[in-house]
Amino acid sequence: MQQQTVVGKTSSSHASGPALLLRGLRKSFTDVTAVDGLDLQVARGECFGLLGPNGAGKTTTIEICEGLTTPDEGTVELLGLNWQTGANQLRQRIGIQLQETQFPEKLKVEETLRLFRSFFKQGISVDESIKTAQLEEKRNSRVGGLSGGQKQRLAMACALVGNPEMLFLDEPTTGLDPQARRHLWDLVDELKRGGRTIILTTHYMDEAERLCDRVGIMDHGKIIALGTPQELIASIGGEHIVEFSTASARAATDTPHEVEVAAMLAISGIQSHRVDAGLHQLSVSHLHTAVPAIFAELTAQGLDLSEFRTHSATLEDVFVGLTGRTLRDE
Amino acid sequence: MSNQAPSRFDSSSLAQLTLVRFRLFLREPEAVFWTFIFPILLAVGLGLAFRNRPADILQVAATTPQLTQKLASDKGLSASTMTEAEGTHALATGSILLLAVQQPSESVSYKYDDTNPDARTARLLADRAIQTASGLKEVVPSSNQLVHEKGARYIDFVVPGLLGMNLMGPAIWGLVFAIVEARQKKLLKRLVASPMPRWQYLASFLLSRIFMLCVEVVVFLAFAAIAFGVPFRGSLWQLAFICILTSLSFSALGLLISTRAKTMEAASGLMNLVMLPMWILSGVFFSASRFPAVIQPFVRALPLTAAIDCIRGNMLQGMGIQQMVVPMATLLAWLVIPFAVSLRIFRWR
Repeated sequence: MQQQTVVGKTSSSHASGPALLLRGLRKSFTDVTAVDGLDLQVARGECFGLLGPNGAGKTTTIEICEGLTTPDEGTVELLGLNWQTGANQLRQRIGIQLQETQFPEKLKVEETLRLFRSFFKQGISVDESIKTAQLEEKRNSRVGGLSGGQKQRLAMACALVGNPEMLFLDEPTTGLDPQARRHLWDLVDELKRGGRTIILTTHYMDEAERLCDRVGIMDHGKIIALGTPQELIASIGGEHIVEFSTASARAATDTPHEVEVAAMLAISGIQSHRVDAGLHQLSVSHLHTAVPAIFAELTAQGLDLSEFRTHSATLEDVFVGLTGRTLRDE
Repeated sequence: MSNQAPSRFDSSSLAQLTLVRFRLFLREPEAVFWTFIFPILLAVGLGLAFRNRPADILQVAATTPQLTQKLASDKGLSASTMTEAEGTHALATGSILLLAVQQPSESVSYKYDDTNPDARTARLLADRAIQTASGLKEVVPSSNQLVHEKGARYIDFVVPGLLGMNLMGPAIWGLVFAIVEARQKKLLKRLVASPMPRWQYLASFLLSRIFMLCVEVVVFLAFAAIAFGVPFRGSLWQLAFICILTSLSFSALGLLISTRAKTMEAASGLMNLVMLPMWILSGVFFSASRFPAVIQPFVRALPLTAAIDCIRGNMLQGMGIQQMVVPMATLLAWLVIPFAVSLRIFRWR
C-alpha cells in the first residue's frame, strides 16, 4: 500500500476525453427558465469556474452536472459516463459540496467524516481528510460548535473522502469572512495540485480569477463569455479602468456642465465609456498616455475632478461591460 | 487505491448510519427522557393512583348515633353521625357515599347516587349491617373465601396500554423529526448526492429503533413486573415479536408522515392528526370496546388498537399469536402498506 502525504493523485490522468461535456442544456422551473441552452466542455485536470450573479442559473447547472436535477433537454457527460446508465459509478468518482448543507449539529467532525467515508468503496482515510481540511484541532468538536469557515472546510472534507476525480463546489466561500475565504482558496489550490478536475460556482470575481484556469460568465441561464481570466479581461479592450466624477468649476453659473463623452472617447487609448451612479468609467489600454490626456480634456471642458482613481481591469469589469450590471446587482 | 484498510465496521455504511442514529438520539436529552424515563414515571403515577388498597373502606353517615353504631358494625364501612343537612352537603361533595336517614316511623331511608358503583355497594353493606344489627338472621348460611387475582387489576390493564403507546410515540417522533430536519437542512440532498444506498438510510432508522426498543421495553416491563407484579402469561418470545412488529408498523407510519413534509410545523400537524385519535380511541387507559358500535370498525382498524389488543392478549390472557390473527394481520398491513407507499413517494430533497 502506498504511503501518501498529500491528498492522493487520482487515477484519471491516463483517461482520455473531456471531464465534463454539456450539450444544449435546458431547465425550466414553473416561474423561471434557469438554464437556457448551455454548452460547455471542461478538460480533465482543469479548474473551471461558473461566475455570475445570484439567479444566473449557476446552481441549477452544477446540480444537473451532479445528477441531482434532471434537465428538460440536453445531454450531460461526466468522465465519459452519463447519469442514466452510470449513476452508481459516477457517485463513487465525484465529490460534491452543496450550497447550504447543514450537517447534524450534535455529530462530531470525525464521526461525520467516518459516515461519509463509509459510502465510498475507496478513498482517503478519515485522518487524511481531516488533515487536508486542517480540522485537526476540531476533530472531536461537534459540528454545531464550528465557525462558518470550519463548517465549509468540513463540507469540503466530506467531498474529498472518496478521493474523487472530479469535484463540484457550489459557492464554496459565500458568507465567509475574508480570512476564511483565503484559507479555503489555499485548500482548493492544494486539491488542484492533486490533478483533479474542479468545477466551482461563485459570484465573487476575485475568487474566479484567483482559482480558475478557465471561467464561464453566466447570465440569465446562458454562458455569455468563456475563456481564461486573462482572455476575458483582455476582451474588454483595456487592461485598466479609470474612474472619475466631476464637479463644475464655474459653480456660479446655473447651467450644470456635463462631460462631453465624444471628446473623451476621441482620446487615443480609451476603449469605452460608461456612467454608473455619477461615476464615469473609462476602459483604457495605456494609462501613462491616457491619464494626462484625460486631465487636459477635463480642464478644457471646465470641469473639476472630485474623484479620480484607476485599477487593473477585473472579471467584474468584464461582467459590467457585457451586461451593464454589476455582479452584486441582484 | 485506498491508503488505509478500514475495518469492516468502519466501511459498512449501514453500520455507520445506524451508529449516527444512536449518537444523535443519545445526545438529545429530551428524547432520552421521553423514551426511557417518561413511561416509567407514568406507570408509577398510575400505579399509585390505582394501587389495590386492602378492600376499600366506604365512607357513610347516619342521622342518629344508634344508626351510626349499627353501620359501624360492618368492617367495610366507616360511619359518622351528621344532621340531614350536613349529610346532604357531604354527599354532594363526595366525602361520603351514603347517608342513612332515620325516619319517624322507625324506618330508614338511604340517600345515595345509584350511578356510582361504590355508592351502590355502600347501600348493600349499610342495609345488611342495619338489618343484621336489628335482628335479621341469614336464611342460607354462607362464608367467604378471598381471592386476590393478579391480572385483573387496573395496573395490569394499563401496563400493556402504556407499552403500546410507548411503542408508537418514539417510533413516529424519532423518524419524522429526524427526516424532516435532514430535509430542511439539505442534508438529505447531500446524502443522496453521495454514493449512499438510499434504502440504507431508511433501514438505519428501523435498525436503531429495534435496538433501542430492546432497552426500552425490557426496562419498562421489568419495572412493571417488579414494582406491580404485572403478569406475563404468554410466551415472552411472542411478546418480543409483537413489540418489534408494532414498532416497525409505527416506523412505517412515521415514514409515511415524513415523505413529503418540508417543515417541522407541517410534520407536527400531521403527527398530531395521526396520533391523537389513537391516544383517545385505542384503549390505552380504558377499554376501546366502550366506544359506540358505529365507530368500532374504525377503532379496531387503528394500529395502536391492534397492538394493544395483541399485547393484552399475550400478557394477560396468555394467548398465542395464532389466536390473535385479526389484530396481528392489522399490524402487518400497517407495516406493509405505508412502507410501500412511502418508498414510492419519498421526497429526497
